[in-house]
Amino acid sequence: MGHLDLSTASGMTLALLPEVMLSAWAFALTLYAGVRHRDAVDQRRAGLIALAGLVATLIVVIWMWAADVRSVGLPFMMALDAFRWATSVVFLLGAILTVLLSFSYVDRERLWAPEYYVLLLLATVGMMFMGSGLDLIVIFLGLELMSVAVYVLAGINRRSPFAAEAALKYFLLGAFASGFFLYGIALIYGATGTTNLTLIDYQLRSLGLGTNLMLLIGAAMLLVGFGFKIAAVPFHMWAPDVYDGAPTPVTAFMAAAVKAAGFAALVRVLLHALSGALPAWQNIVWWLAVLTILVGNLIAIAQRQMKRMLAYSSIAHAGYLLAAVASGNALGAGAFLFYALAYTLMTIGAFAVVAMAGHNGERDLLIDDLTGLARRRPWLAIGTAIFMLSLLGFPGTAGFMGKWFILQSILQAREHALAVVLVAGSVLSAGYYLPVVMVMFMKPPVSETAHEQVAARGAGRLVVAVTAICVLLFGVWPNPALDLARSGGHDLASSPQAPVSSTSGAER
Amino acid sequence: MSGLLSSIGYQYWVLDALILIPVAGGAVALVGPEVSGKRTALVVTLLEFVVSLGLWWAFDPATAGMQFEVSHAWIPSWGVTYHVGVDGISLFLVLLTTLTMPLAVLGSYTYIKSYERPYYALLLVLTSGMLGVFIAQDLFVFYVFWEIMLIPMYFIIGVWGGERRLYAALKFFIYTFVGSLLMLVAILTIYLLVGQSTGRYSFEYQHLLNNIWLTGRWGIWLFGAFFLAFAIKVPMFPFHTWLPDAHVEAPTAGSVILAGILLKMGTYGFLRFALPLFPGVALSPAVSTAIVVLSVIGIIYGALVAMVQPDFKKLIAYSSVSHLGFVMLGIWALTLQSVQGAIVIMINHGISTGALFFLSGMIYERRHTRAIAAFGGIARVVPAFAAILTFVSLSSIGLPGTNGFIGEFLVLLGSFGTQPAATIVATTGIIFAAAYLLWAIQRILFNPLDQPENEKIPDLSVRELIVLAPLLACIVWIGVYPAPILRRTEASAQALVNQVRGPQRLPIVPGAPER
Repeated sequence: MGHLDLSTASGMTLALLPEVMLSAWAFALTLYAGVRHRDAVDQRRAGLIALAGLVATLIVVIWMWAADVRSVGLPFMMALDAFRWATSVVFLLGAILTVLLSFSYVDRERLWAPEYYVLLLLATVGMMFMGSGLDLIVIFLGLELMSVAVYVLAGINRRSPFAAEAALKYFLLGAFASGFFLYGIALIYGATGTTNLTLIDYQLRSLGLGTNLMLLIGAAMLLVGFGFKIAAVPFHMWAPDVYDGAPTPVTAFMAAAVKAAGFAALVRVLLHALSGALPAWQNIVWWLAVLTILVGNLIAIAQRQMKRMLAYSSIAHAGYLLAAVASGNALGAGAFLFYALAYTLMTIGAFAVVAMAGHNGERDLLIDDLTGLARRRPWLAIGTAIFMLSLLGFPGTAGFMGKWFILQSILQAREHALAVVLVAGSVLSAGYYLPVVMVMFMKPPVSETAHEQVAARGAGRLVVAVTAICVLLFGVWPNPALDLARSGGHDLASSPQAPVSSTSGAER
Repeated sequence: MSGLLSSIGYQYWVLDALILIPVAGGAVALVGPEVSGKRTALVVTLLEFVVSLGLWWAFDPATAGMQFEVSHAWIPSWGVTYHVGVDGISLFLVLLTTLTMPLAVLGSYTYIKSYERPYYALLLVLTSGMLGVFIAQDLFVFYVFWEIMLIPMYFIIGVWGGERRLYAALKFFIYTFVGSLLMLVAILTIYLLVGQSTGRYSFEYQHLLNNIWLTGRWGIWLFGAFFLAFAIKVPMFPFHTWLPDAHVEAPTAGSVILAGILLKMGTYGFLRFALPLFPGVALSPAVSTAIVVLSVIGIIYGALVAMVQPDFKKLIAYSSVSHLGFVMLGIWALTLQSVQGAIVIMINHGISTGALFFLSGMIYERRHTRAIAAFGGIARVVPAFAAILTFVSLSSIGLPGTNGFIGEFLVLLGSFGTQPAATIVATTGIIFAAAYLLWAIQRILFNPLDQPENEKIPDLSVRELIVLAPLLACIVWIGVYPAPILRRTEASAQALVNQVRGPQRLPIVPGAPER
């Protein structure tokens, strides 16, 4: 397909094709849900329609990626680069797995509201805008579209007071974060006179705004806004309660895709628009990464509930991703893409296990509740062990390759202290991932009837199997995904880059 | 023989086959019927041993470099190559591994009574992991194998171990994990430094080795990271505290593999990676003195602590700390004899301590206790057991005519020239070894038979004799005629000594200004 002139109507439409398509699908699904929303059958049909829409969009994204669509002319609002396609694939994959996971969960919890799937689709559209927006306003619209949909999803179980608490907490803090974000946009606009990322970069370099106070305050505001969305310490307080209270598939979606979307936008803004101010934000992101890794891992060790443990673990993983961002180079962006894929697979897999092993309203699934699972459900236990080891970053899994990639980018930027913090965090994380493996395999079940209700069937089983196999596959043969991630990272940072500061770490 | 082997292209496929056979066998053992798990494992490990045995003849003793090399591209964009090879240093560790595994399988026949299929499958996966560590010629591949073998061992201790197995398994895992993660950072740093200075980003060990020469702060930090990983594995005093727990709680075969092979990964790592990569740091007076002192402390401390153990298995575990101290002394003395001696002790320790762990497991299966005080005078009840235990203990002490003597003699002889004071102190370790083992034997085998439970212990079965026979044969053979082993290790050991001691190249200042 080659180059695309975005100033024509058809070029514009084509550039937006995946988003337009998924939005249209979501509206169609809304109409369907408005007519048929009575029972489990309608619910399942709505889920299948959503699934078809996501798969179709995924195919379109892959097609556009393979066709290597490029645009002609400046300025434009949507990026047409490998980074966009790669992030879109991750979001769509996360959404597809979430839908698959939702079928039996929604049935069991009697959450018969087909709008559930509509909201999932809309949230995914928002994420895709966040990954592809080349303008702060587009990114903000994507952020809001995603956030509003996820606020509702978090509270979709109206019968659960915890879900209501989660939704309200998420909404209040999310609105707060959006305020920061908008204010940041306004200040950056004030400093540079534009909201377009490419033009911000140009202005920043040509006017020498790297130390301009208004710009830096604006950038800091943006960081605060993103910090809330990706649950970086010290903006993480909402995450455990919200993850805990929300329905498990929604939690999986939040921990994987929503977080990845926040990072995608963050990476694009920092590495594309603000790369000229790299020395200013690199230190801040460095400290955010260190705090997030240490605090996330330390608090996770103390958790007894699976969902809360995974919530804090996802905070720790946000720290690893922040470390990749802090490296400030194209390798870091590539590492983020690969890790986001690996992390999506392993986290959704882990939450799938929680969804299956839980009882009705499984808010209190303790790690100890999995005791002896290997004796009753050996394959499910093996799958869980694979996810835990991958989250731990053990060789042979995708998590290891991802961590290796992140470390490579950090060390490339000569941030040796950060690398040591990251591996120290990994050691700490053994303190909460291994006990899960331990109770499953090394302790006998507490009673004869334990785990009999664990339902390893249907789409949930498919999710566990597919994600576990992919985690192993990418752990042994990561090449295709790795090369795509590298090209994505390279595309993003191919605009003129400030050389990686070799002195910024000296004072630490 | 070597003509026959090369006619079937042995040197091109042997190392791939050694890695793949156990993995495939593990899959078969896992999905096959429950009863045949152990038989499958035995057949696979025997096949593995037979295949590896060809290395003995096909190996060219005159070549110092890598032989049987195989190389496949793995992750080209990072410069990772699946590159494996064997030289005189790793040859016998490979053979030791393939010899130990069928014995470990056979030795588990009656000990393991639950979940047999996964147990044997894990043993087989562990085989591949350990062999991979010894043959990897690419630091990424090395790291992957180094970590991979943690998992099967973690499960073997944690699922089939003794009463405190959960604690021991976690401790074993965390200790190793801490050390190896810092090594990961060091590997990546070296990779990037060499990549920046040569323009070729590759984890190939030879490429890194040829292009790195680090001194100053960089060298010390990077060496420190490697040192920690290997020192925990060896284990050197004071990093040894995981060892008694893991050895005691592991099932018999687990202890045999831990002591016989896993510990050697640490000393092998020093020989293969830590010394050649950082000769400037490793041989600097401060570092080298510290390591030699720690080794000697390990020799004496391990022996003294072993002496007061009430548990026979724990006694053997601490004796490992002592023996491995000799290996470290030999490596750091860095003469041809001392390095060869260190390699021979690595083999001997695998054989003798392996046999001791088997024997302690066999007596445990009969009496369900390992307390030395629970026995006494059983030599009359179980004469075969008594004879073999005495013989193996003497070899572990280092009686002339057994394998133990050759290794320790070579190390002491070779070390005296460069580390005289340490050598003199280390020599007393042999006396302590005689003290703790002979005393233990006396209390187990020869004191009055005063406990009625001990009167009806059955003697060793044929299966158990088959397990022990190859080890006994090796003890005698290495003790009487070690020349074939020394001949095969000489060229590589000499090359290592020359390379590390060799003319000091000018340091490349790493890519960027020192920070």
